[in-house]
Amino acid sequence: MMNSIAPRLREQDPAASRHTLSVLVENKPGVLVRAAGLFSRRGFNIDSLAVGPTEHEEISRMTIVVNCADHPLEQVTKQLNKLINVLKIVELEQSVSVQRELLLVKVRADAENRSRVLETVALFRAKVVDVAQDAVTVEATGNRDKLDALIRVLEPFGIKELVQSGMVALGRGSKSITDRALRPLDRAAAGPAQ
Amino acid sequence: MTDQTTTTPGSRAGMAGQARQGHGPSPRDLAARAAAREAAPGTRAAQDPEPTEEMQVTGAQALVATLERLGVDVVFGIPGGAILPAYDPLFDSRSVRHILVRHEQGAGHAATGYAQVTGRPGVCMATSGPGATNLVTPLADAYMDSVPVVAITGQVSSGLIGTDGFQEADIAGITLPITKHNFLVTNADDIARTVAEAFHVASTGRPGPVLVDIAKDALQAQTTFRWPVPFDLPGYHPVTRPHSRQVREAAKMMTTAQRPVLYVGGGVIKARASQELVTLAELTGMPVVTTLMARGGFPSSHPQNVGMPGMHGSVAAVGALQKADLLIALGARFDDRVTGKLDSFAPGAAIIHADIDPAEISKNRRADVPIVGDCREVITELLAAVQAEHEEGHRADLTAWWSQLEAWRRTYPLGYSEPDDGSLSPQYAIERIGKLVGPDAVYVAGVGQHQMWAAQFISHEHPGHWLNSGGLGTMGYAVPAAMGAKVGRPDTAVWAIDGDGCFQMTNQELATCAVEGIPVKIAIINNGNLGMVRQWQTLFYNERYSHTNLDKASAAAEPQPGHGEAGGTRAPLGTRVPDFVKLAEAYGCVGLRCEDAASVDAVIEEAMKIDDRPVVIDFVVHRDAMVWPMVAAGTSNDDIVVARNMAPDWDVTE
Repeated sequence: MMNSIAPRLREQDPAASRHTLSVLVENKPGVLVRAAGLFSRRGFNIDSLAVGPTEHEEISRMTIVVNCADHPLEQVTKQLNKLINVLKIVELEQSVSVQRELLLVKVRADAENRSRVLETVALFRAKVVDVAQDAVTVEATGNRDKLDALIRVLEPFGIKELVQSGMVALGRGSKSITDRALRPLDRAAAGPAQ
Repeated sequence: MTDQTTTTPGSRAGMAGQARQGHGPSPRDLAARAAAREAAPGTRAAQDPEPTEEMQVTGAQALVATLERLGVDVVFGIPGGAILPAYDPLFDSRSVRHILVRHEQGAGHAATGYAQVTGRPGVCMATSGPGATNLVTPLADAYMDSVPVVAITGQVSSGLIGTDGFQEADIAGITLPITKHNFLVTNADDIARTVAEAFHVASTGRPGPVLVDIAKDALQAQTTFRWPVPFDLPGYHPVTRPHSRQVREAAKMMTTAQRPVLYVGGGVIKARASQELVTLAELTGMPVVTTLMARGGFPSSHPQNVGMPGMHGSVAAVGALQKADLLIALGARFDDRVTGKLDSFAPGAAIIHADIDPAEISKNRRADVPIVGDCREVITELLAAVQAEHEEGHRADLTAWWSQLEAWRRTYPLGYSEPDDGSLSPQYAIERIGKLVGPDAVYVAGVGQHQMWAAQFISHEHPGHWLNSGGLGTMGYAVPAAMGAKVGRPDTAVWAIDGDGCFQMTNQELATCAVEGIPVKIAIINNGNLGMVRQWQTLFYNERYSHTNLDKASAAAEPQPGHGEAGGTRAPLGTRVPDFVKLAEAYGCVGLRCEDAASVDAVIEEAMKIDDRPVVIDFVVHRDAMVWPMVAAGTSNDDIVVARNMAPDWDVTE
């Protein structure tokens, strides 16, 4: 949810590391509050959170990045699983998943330094999406390290404004985690459940 | 949209006159019906493949029809604007008795008490805004103690939601962290399914409170009521069957451990596993400790019960946990009041932890063998697995362990000293109630010293006969919970052991008890003080009794900082505020008073003879009695104190 511009120093617990949870939830009002509230109530910090629709109308997918040690991660996963609207939780390991964030950054760019800014943008395979007299807005996607690097390089030009999305991620390969989670939904539609 | 209805609301409306006159079914009728349904929990109806029933009704009628089909016999509540549409068809219901309480908190605790003695979800109903927010405390209470409660609240009309309408409160948002789940219903078509789901969620898996908030326009709108109704809960799959490999692993440890302890929590009572637990305990010969929530889950009188663990547990129970090499936690959650300082809790013990809630396992203390499952199924499978180990000749010799436990038990039995000024000892009054009334009654405690003494000095022999607010520690729980318990078990004597502080928080429900014919007994252990807080002030705050005196006579005798040496002359006797005997009488109850040990038995016997009205007994007791033993908050169980400044000698032998 919150990302600082400078290098991220959040490691308080030496055993803590970043984990990405992909959480399939029923697409119902209040689900986001239930999940987010659970984190704050149980004392876990959310590093980033993104919610959006999936290929199934009745399912939304939350991608939650937490920075904690293994034991608290297990606890928070169990607690999340207890939420009635949560269908499935998968931890996406960095090595076997594609993880992306979106960055929009407004950089000071006047006649004098514009070409250098554009050069940097090209190097990072980012895009300029808006141009003004003395500024350009740059769009970039990538993993967190790449976006951090881009921000560091753009910082000397003067960053006027910046917004970053939460991370979204998908496992690599052909498998889908929604397939299995959907089965109980079909059963419910078919007749008296449980 | 068919007119061919199996049941029409009109046919029930025709009975309205009769139902009105008789105030619905009597408690006795309801109990008989409930007993007939005992084998089939409330949620079965939703699954039974009955012929489909379909009728055109209002949302409110759908709500009441659903409650009827779920087997609800009692609803505790108070009507008001937003829930008003529901109260109209409720008036006509022949199977649902509505009990009009005096405060919604009373409705919530009554539902809890009802659920704890019957095992079926208790139901409470309130209107929007303040009606709903008054349910917050009992819902939090039921959440902490895992009690199946369904709360139905009215909400302002859907078009008004979010506009700060009159009596609008976002009760679903407010109760998010204190309910197992909650729903906001804004469409009449969803009422039946949602209410059925609420009962299912509340009563399965780890039980807990579920709130259904229904917008007024949904209650008023027309809908088609269909029954049975399928659930739409794709993410809800409680695990009840334990993993057999984990069970075998546990059985191996249980048959080799030298100093094992069965650490039993409230889950055993929820799972109705007491019988199986006795068999397991006797098969293994292990000592059993029963937590505050598990009193009665294993008979107090059983020779293997070494007592209650925790902050005010017995030395033998606390010692057993601390010196154990294996704890088998069954439906217990390693609460801080049991473990004391967590890093020094049971330092030498391996942990087998069985619970129906996977999130409880390894939450506070890492489990070596986690078992997720319903306690009854877990214990049943453990029995078979332990038996198999025994047949292979694996069985540990617990003689040395038992001689150690017996030494603690003999040297440090629970006890109390009589006050030297001749005043009545609170422990004695409670002990005598337990003796004279006997273990077949239901005992309901408030929170504080009297609660601990009732847990310690009453012999708890049966599951579901000891009710108290364990997790949340809700003062004011006893009177309404006793009311709910009596409604659930009208043929059983229900005794509330309450403090004078607690009693004054919810005593308005005495009016409900008197008017509705719910003859509970309320024993007020009246020390004129918030006794447990006073005890802490005595021990940890230099006897500075800041704001714990409830009665003026007692307060006047205390030195008041900033007001001279002493607070002046002692007020004359008879200035008791309130006078609990007069208060009881004003509420249509019988009021009795007891001020000395000699008359305790006679007063209790007199109360036992009365069964047509509630009885309140004012036991005026010594104010400086303390609960012992004690593990001070945040300290290690090893530092348990038997009495003031007196630590046990752990190495004592016979």
